[in-house]
Amino acid sequence: MDRTWNNKAWFLVLPVLVLVAFSAIIPLMTVVNYSVQDTFGNNQFFWAGLDWFDDTLHSERFWAALWRNLLFSGIILAIEIPLGIFIALNMPKRGWGVPVCLVLMALPLLIPWNVVGTIWQVFGRVDIGLLGRTLASLGIDYNYVQDPFDAWATIVVMDVWHWTSLVVLLCYAGLVSIPDAYYQAARIDGASRWSVFRFIQLPKMQRVLLIAVLLRFMDSFMIYTEPFVVTGGGPGNETTFLSIDLVKMAIGQFDVGPAAAMSLIYFLIVLLVSYVFYTVMTNVGKGAEQ
Amino acid sequence: MNFSWMAWTWPTALFFTIIALLLIGMTVWEWRAPGGNPRVGILRFETTRGDRLFISLLGSAFINLAWLGLIGPQLWWSLALSVAYAIVVFRFV
Repeated sequence: MDRTWNNKAWFLVLPVLVLVAFSAIIPLMTVVNYSVQDTFGNNQFFWAGLDWFDDTLHSERFWAALWRNLLFSGIILAIEIPLGIFIALNMPKRGWGVPVCLVLMALPLLIPWNVVGTIWQVFGRVDIGLLGRTLASLGIDYNYVQDPFDAWATIVVMDVWHWTSLVVLLCYAGLVSIPDAYYQAARIDGASRWSVFRFIQLPKMQRVLLIAVLLRFMDSFMIYTEPFVVTGGGPGNETTFLSIDLVKMAIGQFDVGPAAAMSLIYFLIVLLVSYVFYTVMTNVGKGAEQ
Repeated sequence: MNFSWMAWTWPTALFFTIIALLLIGMTVWEWRAPGGNPRVGILRFETTRGDRLFISLLGSAFINLAWLGLIGPQLWWSLALSVAYAIVVFRFV
């Protein structure tokens, strides 16, 4: 059957294209222009060629921030994904407990990033914070302002508290979509709890888990507000992630050229990882279907 | 309209012109041969010619960055390598 092509429909897309042009394409073009120039303000620019890219690629500061960011993303994924699956598996599937659990799970997601940062900044303080004072009273020497390990632990726990719910909700959506017939068949076969998880629940959660991993990786890789509010990137540069370093460079030091070059490299890494995840997500299970 | 606030330079203008021409070329190609020519290549997943352009451009960016970081600021050879990479992507991916 011949398909009907109606190219007038493209005109309906135009408003979105204009919006994207103003919010993304034009700013991106400007960043590319900045990345090959130097400026001292007053909208005067001097050609710098590839110097800023060269500097960034040979900068210990950039690589340190990048590795810190990758380490942070790795840690939070290693905690949030298994924890999210565990909680989703143990949430009620019917009855009054369902809405209660869903609301409780959704609450941390509704809190703005800067508020989460402020909550944990106060919560962890040794002088007035509940967590800080409790740990001090237990004889644990905890101080996220001075100790790098404590700073990392605080930021990781804060992120787990804030975002595990997202993994839980996605996994829960995957779990409730499994028909009861699967569980009945497993019971007839005498399948163990582990077998049910391994051969029924996990495969059915595969797609939502990939979405969860993608969302959590990208979000943690671009994290800025929460660690900035809690530690300000310190002690020293111990919790300075790429975005914090970028803002320090662009706004704090007004090094617009180097910051633009760094942000383009950062953007390319994000683009590459997103594309790999997207490709995996859209192709997973296709081999089995064919 | 005054676009001086965007700090345009000739090399960056040329860069974006080439990207725009590539997109226009892809649109014309699609108009002449609709469907995107989907196929499964050496990466073992289906790609359209738009995917192959994206893979070529993204890969070229990393080839040039790697050259700049590991060898030096003269990027003519890495540009040639990128073109060769794009040809391989369009032929085999």
